[in-house]
Amino acid sequence: MKGLKLLATGRALPSQVLSNEDMSRFVETSDEWIGGRTGIRQRYFCAEGENATTLAIAAAKRAMERSGAAPEEIGCVVVATSSGEYVMPSTASTVHGALGLPEDIPTLDVGAACAGFLYAVEVARGLLLGNGKRCALVIGTEQMSSVLDMTDRTTCVLFGDGAGAAVFALDEEREYVSVQGTRSDPAIRSGCPGITRQVPMTMDGQAVFRFAAAIIPKCVQDLFAKGGKTMDDVDWVVCHQANERILDASIRRLGGKDKFYKNIDRYANTSAASIPIVLDEMNEQGLLKEGQRVVMVGFGGGLTWAGVMLCI
Amino acid sequence: MTLENLKPVIAETLPNCDAEAVTLEARLIPEVCQDSLDTVELSMALEDKFGVNVPDDLMATFGTVADLIAYMSEHGA
Repeated sequence: MKGLKLLATGRALPSQVLSNEDMSRFVETSDEWIGGRTGIRQRYFCAEGENATTLAIAAAKRAMERSGAAPEEIGCVVVATSSGEYVMPSTASTVHGALGLPEDIPTLDVGAACAGFLYAVEVARGLLLGNGKRCALVIGTEQMSSVLDMTDRTTCVLFGDGAGAAVFALDEEREYVSVQGTRSDPAIRSGCPGITRQVPMTMDGQAVFRFAAAIIPKCVQDLFAKGGKTMDDVDWVVCHQANERILDASIRRLGGKDKFYKNIDRYANTSAASIPIVLDEMNEQGLLKEGQRVVMVGFGGGLTWAGVMLCI
Repeated sequence: MTLENLKPVIAETLPNCDAEAVTLEARLIPEVCQDSLDTVELSMALEDKFGVNVPDDLMATFGTVADLIAYMSEHGA
């Protein structure tokens, strides 16, 4: 089985931190309302000169430095984003240039909303299997503040900006199990940055909650069935950080409470960036150790979902 | 369905509600479900346990716990 070894991670956050109280100056809301319904206490928003591209480059540089991988070893750059600075050039190609990576590799952006990072991991693995290179640079980056309707209190308080990056190496001996799915449903919708004012973000909160609280357990169980594992075999479960209550509802169904890492209180929902940001935080704290089995689950607009189970 | 069948589902699903103290006359919202996300969670748990789907917009129309139990009973729970 050709799996992926996680060599290193990095993350980057914008310079502006906004508390729930800060948000209450834009829209009628409160720390109690936001915190009680989502677990969110603060989020980062890009300031002048910061965007999904600058964050992606900063996170990628950190991950590359820590990985020990030479630029020549990178076989692809795949960036998951729904709020990139431009449609063209892709964020991935700009990151590629900023890092001075070789010309003979593919770079592309993946649009699968909050499930995007795990779709990007799957795409990167496929590209490595195809081109015979060793390493992949996979990034989730978002400037959600650029696509939010800042007059809609039901959505603008939920999201934040940030980027996370990971360098993976193809490894003959590593286990790798993945699932992906889509249920065509516009329950979450937003325009790209250029047309945000014409197509503001909308979300059917109850429908999305119902979807997410059901899809996390399904995704985990599908991975276990495919890989012949149970929760007892897993060290960590890293879910997309959309809402603490979605995570808690999933934990009630799945068990394994202490294996779920949460950081939504400090970042809010950073869409495709949330999973690599969690991985980087866990790495920084020394929680991720060689040989541990990690289950990752992403879900979001589309509606899409994806799961990856691997040993790090 | 009876109140006694419902209490364990509430206890497992809504950690902020004292399931044992719930009565038939209790207001479903906000005494049992504190907000709209609680109603979604309870509805999902009822479907898992009893196989009866209660649409989210219908959950919001029930006044008391007795109304919910009556609906569940009418639909075979």
